[in-house]
Amino acid sequence: MKTLKNISFWLLLVVIAGVAVVPIVQGNVSMREDAFFILMLVILASSTNIIMGYTGYVSFGHIVYFGTGGYVAFYLMQTFQWHFVLAALVGGVAASLLAFLLGNAVLRLRGAYFALSTIGINEAVRAFVSNFEPLGGSIGMFFNFSMYDAYGGAKNAGQLAYYAMVVLALMTIAASFLIKKSKFGLGLMSIREDQDASMVLGINPSRMKVITYTISAFFPAIAGAIFFFKNGLIEPGPAFELHRSVEALVMVMLGGFGTVTGPIVGAVVYERLRGFLITNETFSNFHLVIAGAMLLLIVLFVPAGLVGWLRLRFAAVRRFLE
Amino acid sequence: MILSVENVSKRFGGLQALDKVTLSVNEGEIFGIIGPNGAGKTTLFNTINGVYPPTEGRIKFRGEDVTGLPPFDLSKRGLARTYQVVRPLGELTVRENVTVGACFGRENLPLEKAEKVADEILEFVGLTARNDMLASKLNVAQKKRLEMARALAARPILILLDEVLAGLNPQEVADMLGVVRKIREQGVTIIMIEHLMHAVMNLSDRVFVLDYGAQIAEGTPQEVSNHPKVIEAYLGDPEVAKRFLEGTPS
Amino acid sequence: MNIEALIASTFDGLMLGFVFGLMAMGLTLIFGVMKVINLGHGPLIAIGMFAVLVMSQSLGINPYLTLPVIIVIGLLTGIVMYFVALHRVINSPELTTLLATFSVNMMITGLMTVIFSTSPRGLDVTLGSLQFGRVTILGTRVAAVVIAVVVTIALYFFLYRTRQGKSIRAVANNRGAAELMGINSSWVLGLSFGIGAMLAMISGMLLATMFSFTVLTGNALETKSFVIVVLGGLGNPTGALFGGIIIGLLESITTIFIPVSWVPVLEFVVFIMILLVRPNGIFGARSS
Ligand SMILES: Nc1ncnc2c1ncn2[C@@H]1O[C@H](COP(=O)(O)OP(=O)(O)OP(=O)(O)O)[C@@H](O)[C@H]1O
Ligand SMILES: [Mg+2]
Repeated sequence: MKTLKNISFWLLLVVIAGVAVVPIVQGNVSMREDAFFILMLVILASSTNIIMGYTGYVSFGHIVYFGTGGYVAFYLMQTFQWHFVLAALVGGVAASLLAFLLGNAVLRLRGAYFALSTIGINEAVRAFVSNFEPLGGSIGMFFNFSMYDAYGGAKNAGQLAYYAMVVLALMTIAASFLIKKSKFGLGLMSIREDQDASMVLGINPSRMKVITYTISAFFPAIAGAIFFFKNGLIEPGPAFELHRSVEALVMVMLGGFGTVTGPIVGAVVYERLRGFLITNETFSNFHLVIAGAMLLLIVLFVPAGLVGWLRLRFAAVRRFLE
Repeated sequence: MILSVENVSKRFGGLQALDKVTLSVNEGEIFGIIGPNGAGKTTLFNTINGVYPPTEGRIKFRGEDVTGLPPFDLSKRGLARTYQVVRPLGELTVRENVTVGACFGRENLPLEKAEKVADEILEFVGLTARNDMLASKLNVAQKKRLEMARALAARPILILLDEVLAGLNPQEVADMLGVVRKIREQGVTIIMIEHLMHAVMNLSDRVFVLDYGAQIAEGTPQEVSNHPKVIEAYLGDPEVAKRFLEGTPS
Repeated sequence: MNIEALIASTFDGLMLGFVFGLMAMGLTLIFGVMKVINLGHGPLIAIGMFAVLVMSQSLGINPYLTLPVIIVIGLLTGIVMYFVALHRVINSPELTTLLATFSVNMMITGLMTVIFSTSPRGLDVTLGSLQFGRVTILGTRVAAVVIAVVVTIALYFFLYRTRQGKSIRAVANNRGAAELMGINSSWVLGLSFGIGAMLAMISGMLLATMFSFTVLTGNALETKSFVIVVLGGLGNPTGALFGGIIIGLLESITTIFIPVSWVPVLEFVVFIMILLVRPNGIFGARSS
């Protein structure tokens, strides 16, 4: 494939990997924790962008796959002592399967109806899990201390989770890039622009959308598995927190809808800014207000997002910044 | 015979948009469809290429029954169309728009090959200079050419052109007619809906006339233009009747 | 099974349903007129709750007498919200308007959290109760129903009998055509948004007289409004009223049979089903 010969593809991956090893090289744990969280947001934003930015389907409740992957993996690790990596992969597959089944149904809906249905799905799953005793109901599940022994203790498990998150982020970004630059991706963008005209041009939208939705569920699910593995505790609230999916949408918009680097930039900027606001004395109380105002300003005045704006404005940028 | 439409009807609620239409198109010809506004011409295209299933009747394309097949299936079989009201993929570039046509059309090309085809076709319709522009930024005449290019990129066997001349100035019309002729020279069969009579009458091998969803005449341009029912249908609209009579080949 | 419990919860659900219906009407009206799903609906409900709280606790006004003030606050907030957050992007794709209204949600929620924190609040209203055998009906609920019904009737009167109301319906039907007829669509959209916000706040005020609440209660009620609105058909105010009653009944009656925590599961499953099978709501036309 041509993308694999594309310099900006490799450059992007190298930059991300390079930044991600800094906390390890420096041995700075709090920096590693920050990077862990930001990488997770990058994954959430990028995978949301795969379905939303490329295909135009606003998946408001995309966090449902984060929670699903987290719960499935956690259950396998806790109940059957599965190895974390295997459990995470199975969590990813399970979430993709769920997305495949649901996608066949809900992707027929258009626009606002689809957006609402994804909220409904997340709320339904959350309500269900909260009641489902085998998964711990509303209390959730937690690991015993000995759980981490297999990984050389909690400290090493944290390290392992970080590496896993880095690898997953690289995979997500690679997938996002490859899809965007492929024939498949072109078909998706055609669907985004005009579904009916696309059909006349020879595109089978239902099939392509379902495949895309299935892919876009895989990465957040594994992110969920990694996050809750490290956390040692999983509860319905944090696992299916609608607010977090909306934040992912905000990051996508902030960086640039439908671009590869946009969601990455968006996630980093959003999280840094939030961090700054929360720790700043004057702003800390108002962080939500400021984040909201910022979102509104972007939506109203820079709808293409940071990367999108640069790409529109400078032809040279278009060549290396996807 | 490349396409045959047999007894096709289409109803929208209480409205009979097509009423037992029967026609057949031969390989390599230009088949003109005319009729007053709202006659059902676009609806006929929509049923032929699978946008709506017909309420009754059958459609055969290259000998196979394709009634009720979805549009993407028909596209793969070699049927392409343009829209009367242009539908560019606005946030994609001109080149990407045409590449979509080549990628998912009859030849189902891989991306790189499709891009080459797109470049050829853009050259052919004279849009190469606009390659990297967003499709939404084109003017009307350019958008019409883009519609055409996207359809051609699919390398169709039969192409349905819905009023590709509407809204163009005389120079643009002449250019577009040149393109249509060249398409025919490549062996592509063309069905064109057109209000511009002199164009239909000069280009078409045969002309089909629809009024209120039903066929009122069919034949060579001469036969049709002298047909009393046709004149009557158009006399309802003096403006069109005038244009129609002027456009009759002398 | 206890027949009296059933009757009592039917009454309860019915009464609650009217208020839910009113709440969802605000959301559905806005969607019907401008095809915008107002993700700021929840905080508007919360404003209604806290407005009545502040006025009754700090100023000692009877909660029910705050209604006119709430109506004014609602209209103004909605109109301002429309012109600040939506007017510029009203013709953009859904994502844009969803995010624009969500940004308002964040701002209002954030601001209210700063002012009121997220601890639970409640109004101290008692209007006695009516006793039918062993079935008790609370006065606050009766008052809420009466107000909800009056507001609904007033809304219909406004929409069908006044010039402004007719312009709203014209714009909802076909904005382009309405503009050609000389209707100032910007103003009509702003006004509709104002009315939608007003309905949300009135329902918030009424709910505040019945339950305790926090700054975040509005957002939970927003999700409930989605369910109701979809049940009744997006954009259909009468449908919203029926949807509200159905959900009200569902919430109170099913709790006799299943644990209360399963009710949301049921609600959201029904919600998704309806979206899939009858996207125009259970009373709407079949095609999508
Ligand atoms: N999807 C639809 N639903 C309902 N009615 C439709 C639909 N599509 C077309 N019609 C109606 O069918 C009739 C035929 O329309 P059609 O667009 O086929 O006419 P036309 O011959 O192409 O006209 P024009 O010359 O103006 O393009 C019209 O009355 C139109 O309003
Ligand atoms: Mg037409």
